[in-house]
Amino acid sequence: MSLDAATVRRIAKLARIRVNEEEVSTLQNELNAILGYVEQLGEVNVEGVEPLSGGAQMALRQREDKLTDGDMAEKILANAPDRIENFFAVPKVVE
Amino acid sequence: MSIFDYTIASAAKALKAKEISAVELTTAYNKAVAELNPRLNAFITTTPDLALEQAKAADARIADGSATPLTGIPIAMKDLFCTEGVRTTAASKILEPFIPPYESTVSGKLKAAGAVMLGKANLDEFAMGSANITSGYGSVENPWKRQGEVAKLVPGGSSGGSAAAVAARMALAATGTDTGGSIRQPAAFTGLAGIKPTYGRCSRWGVVAFASSLDQPGPMARNVEDNALLLNAMAGFDEKDSTSAERAVPDFTTALNRGVKGLKIGIPAEYRLEGTNPEILALWDKGIEWLKAQGAEIVDISLPHTKYGLPVYYIVAPAEASSNLARYDGVRFGKRVDGEDLIDLYERTRAEGFGAEVKRRIMIGTYVLSHGYYDAYYLKAQKVRNLILKDFTNAFGQVDAILTPTAPSAAFGLDEKMNDPVTMYLNDVFTVPASLAGVPAMSVPAGLSAEGLPLGLQIIGKHFDEETVFAVSAAIESAAGFSALPEVRAK
Repeated sequence: MSLDAATVRRIAKLARIRVNEEEVSTLQNELNAILGYVEQLGEVNVEGVEPLSGGAQMALRQREDKLTDGDMAEKILANAPDRIENFFAVPKVVE
Repeated sequence: MSIFDYTIASAAKALKAKEISAVELTTAYNKAVAELNPRLNAFITTTPDLALEQAKAADARIADGSATPLTGIPIAMKDLFCTEGVRTTAASKILEPFIPPYESTVSGKLKAAGAVMLGKANLDEFAMGSANITSGYGSVENPWKRQGEVAKLVPGGSSGGSAAAVAARMALAATGTDTGGSIRQPAAFTGLAGIKPTYGRCSRWGVVAFASSLDQPGPMARNVEDNALLLNAMAGFDEKDSTSAERAVPDFTTALNRGVKGLKIGIPAEYRLEGTNPEILALWDKGIEWLKAQGAEIVDISLPHTKYGLPVYYIVAPAEASSNLARYDGVRFGKRVDGEDLIDLYERTRAEGFGAEVKRRIMIGTYVLSHGYYDAYYLKAQKVRNLILKDFTNAFGQVDAILTPTAPSAAFGLDEKMNDPVTMYLNDVFTVPASLAGVPAMSVPAGLSAEGLPLGLQIIGKHFDEETVFAVSAAIESAAGFSALPEVRAK
């Protein structure tokens, strides 16, 4: 399976990363090299094998559904690139 | 004796006996950082004033008898741990302006134990790399040189700044994080000991996420004992991390003198890779002899899916990274590059904020999780990951620990291996399988290459059996008697 330039552009779009034409061709080569390398997994027989999603040898813990903290708007907004009062500000989305 | 010759254990003793003060120790290290960092670039941010303040508080604790073995010990904090009020970049330009309003659990535990933070150590961007050459704040130079050469070498990665700082004696010890070898490989490249604990042993809360099912914080230090002292303070259950293990933390130092008599040590046939540097294989054989001489029983074992570790890793880790790094959108924190509309703002922010390796991995991750490819890549990789775990489970039915080399080579040149991502990935061939299985693994310096560079051996243990890892590592350490030092260091 080999990626063409259009697919590289589509992935970049999905990943929300702007790429120029020069980057598309570099990425196409690099991504194909990586995909070529992982292709060898095809030779492993995984019939009946359960997928392993995590490193923990346990079920995920659940906690009680209750508020444990809050009331820290200033702390949360302290790193905002742009804010208006207690809101994150972004360019206009709806005309 | 120089003030830089202390280990954590011997410094703690000297501090307690008032032979030295925490302020004296920190002042010396602050000076070493100021002198050597412009050259080695081991720190992204230095915090000399904060360190001095913490050292004064440490002296007060030592005086009133409330000191721990880490009180007054100057350390480097990998810049992946969020530190309240101190800029945390993950070595990415996208986090250049980020000052966390909270403290990570692990760095908070070290702070509470009285450790002194000298600064935030350099790393590969978002911990993605094996040579510390992907940092948005410049590469790190390894303080070690090939004999008679001046060429700059890499310190390994991703915890390359932590490794270089401790090796050059700009810090007494450091924190690292390990996703596929990021503590063990740089430790091996710089003549240090470092342990990746069992997944779940140290809290990931407040550690900038790369691949959440693999990321695990751990210590890096000059010897095995110092690692045990650090891990004692870093480990423990944390309800803020949903995969944190709810189990008691033993005193790891009690395992150091256990010895290896009667232990069964596995030697996996599959790690004897074709084309591996013969020096590395010879060192591995030496390690086997050392353990045998101390009474261990050597058992040949098989980990049949070893060769699939790297391909699994390079699907699973980018998949998780592409999801974790979706949060960097220029809206809530970090860098923003303005655009014509919101989507344009996202795309420009991420294009400028992320470096080439991070973009590559996000793209691979996005692709293997995308519609139509999920089953062929991601699900398949998760299944093979289970087979790799089963390899270890089977092996640990026969043996108590496994001995392997840490890395397939010694430190390489800053300009080598740069162009081909896949060749770079091969660095982690011996470390990735333990990460995928979640088992603890430690690298211990065991000898020098013919060129005079440090080489490490890796000891892998059962889930939550760091104690046996420490026991075997201590045995290797004492037999190896590794005492070489890099040319570039604080003296």
